[in-house]
Amino acid sequence: MPLPEYSEANFVEGRRRKSSSSSFRPIVFFLVPLFSVLLDIFLPRFIESARTLEFPLLITIYFSLMKRQPIAGIAIGATIGLMQDSLSQQPLGMFGIVKTLVGYFAASVSLRFDLNNPALRFMLCNFFFVFHQFFYWVMVRALLGQATNINGMDELVRSLLNSAVALPLFLALDKLREDES
Amino acid sequence: MDGFLGRYRNLSVLVIVIMAQLVLLAVQVKNNQDVRLIRVWAVTAMTPLARVLEGIRANTFGVAGEYWQLLEVRSENRTMKVDLDRLKLENQYLKEELATAKRVEAMASFVQRNPSKTIGARIIGAGSGMNSKVVFIDRGSTSGVLKGMPVITPDGIVGKVTASYPVGAQVMLITDPTFACGVVSDKSRIHGTVRGQGNNQLLVDYIQNEQQVAVGEVFYTSGDDRIFPKGLPVGPVRVARQGKLFKEIYLAPTAFEKGLEEVLVVLEGVHQQIPDLLPGAGTGPEAKPLAPPPSESVPTPVDATPQQKPDQKLSTDADKLLEKYRSIGEQQGVRYGNPGRVPNFNAPPPVVKPPAPKTETPPAAPVVPPN
Repeated sequence: MPLPEYSEANFVEGRRRKSSSSSFRPIVFFLVPLFSVLLDIFLPRFIESARTLEFPLLITIYFSLMKRQPIAGIAIGATIGLMQDSLSQQPLGMFGIVKTLVGYFAASVSLRFDLNNPALRFMLCNFFFVFHQFFYWVMVRALLGQATNINGMDELVRSLLNSAVALPLFLALDKLREDES
Repeated sequence: MDGFLGRYRNLSVLVIVIMAQLVLLAVQVKNNQDVRLIRVWAVTAMTPLARVLEGIRANTFGVAGEYWQLLEVRSENRTMKVDLDRLKLENQYLKEELATAKRVEAMASFVQRNPSKTIGARIIGAGSGMNSKVVFIDRGSTSGVLKGMPVITPDGIVGKVTASYPVGAQVMLITDPTFACGVVSDKSRIHGTVRGQGNNQLLVDYIQNEQQVAVGEVFYTSGDDRIFPKGLPVGPVRVARQGKLFKEIYLAPTAFEKGLEEVLVVLEGVHQQIPDLLPGAGTGPEAKPLAPPPSESVPTPVDATPQQKPDQKLSTDADKLLEKYRSIGEQQGVRYGNPGRVPNFNAPPPVVKPPAPKTETPPAAPVVPPN
């Protein structure tokens, strides 16, 4: 199998593609996370099974992956997490810390992958969902001292389901991207 | 320090943000107090959007939901209409079945009570022609139904078989103008011949004008025609008036009152007693109940009249007359039927033992004439 011809132009293009970050309008950055948190509290009123879906987490992953900037991922994760905390009965910071970590790591790994690949998106969503659930469980036990159980099989199913929902959701959000810089 | 932060800028920011949130969390847990300000911001930012979302949901999904509900109601309504139609049909079918069961029960009771040997048949058609007074039944010669056999119901006589085929038979109804059979009234025991008139009335012929027949009086078969066994109801008198030669008496056939569906073909007829007048019977056209023949009466086969045993009850007036003359002859020492001395029939008859309880006796209760 012949190797692709090396040239400086190809190398620069590859580096540029890998390091490029998507840009969105500010209103999108404001409304989409808000809407995701809203869906998180609104849908279960009518569809009980919608509690399985973690829209704020999916939005955190998407924006962090697309921005490819860890600091932006931290900001997105912390904002959405704190907003989610604000509408929950738990102390502020629980979702904030976990989603901050998710945003940071998602933005960090995005530098190494082609994020337009649906399979990769599926796998990353799956991974970060499990990561989110695990750290949340650790924090609830460690910081709040609450003895909660976690069912590995249930969480795996939930992660697959959320990853499946993430694919069309991410495709829809791709339409809101302005350009690549 | 600046160099470290600059080199590990991302990690530093992460640590700072995490630490800030941990402090926030620790303060809340330690003081058991909430940071209300952040929550107020979040709720304030969320509420307008939630209101818009709820409005959209109520105005779109709500209307859509009602529309779907309406469609479901429509579909349900259609299903219920189909169910209702089906249930109506079922109800009608069950009513028919119930009516049939009642008729069959009545017929079975009648067959059990009636000494004649009968076979049940169903009317399957009427004769062709507008004025036809014949029907077809689903029993024929293979079932033992032969021409001339009487056809009856528990309510009265229906007609007689005029033609028998292997699996069916033609029955002439008693309303046919050519139909005739012997009848006797239950009250005054007047004998006559009933004839069909082509309508829903029967004419009782050959009754003298001097005879007293009241409206409501019921006529039964007399057995004189040797077709119908004695004692089967024919119908009550509806009209009784003076005629030119004979009295004009019209009956309403009782067999047709409830409609004809199942009938009995009398295979071997047995005479019965004419029932006594019921109290209250014969009081007018409304008088409906017909007394069933008593079951304890001794049956007499139609064809066995000449072979009657001496102790058997006689049924016709001719038999009674014969018995009277025989007893007068025996009293005077003359054997009836032998040549020689003729007995004096004007002599007073011998003292006869009181009749059996079920012999034909005039009614005790006076009959109220109709208006």
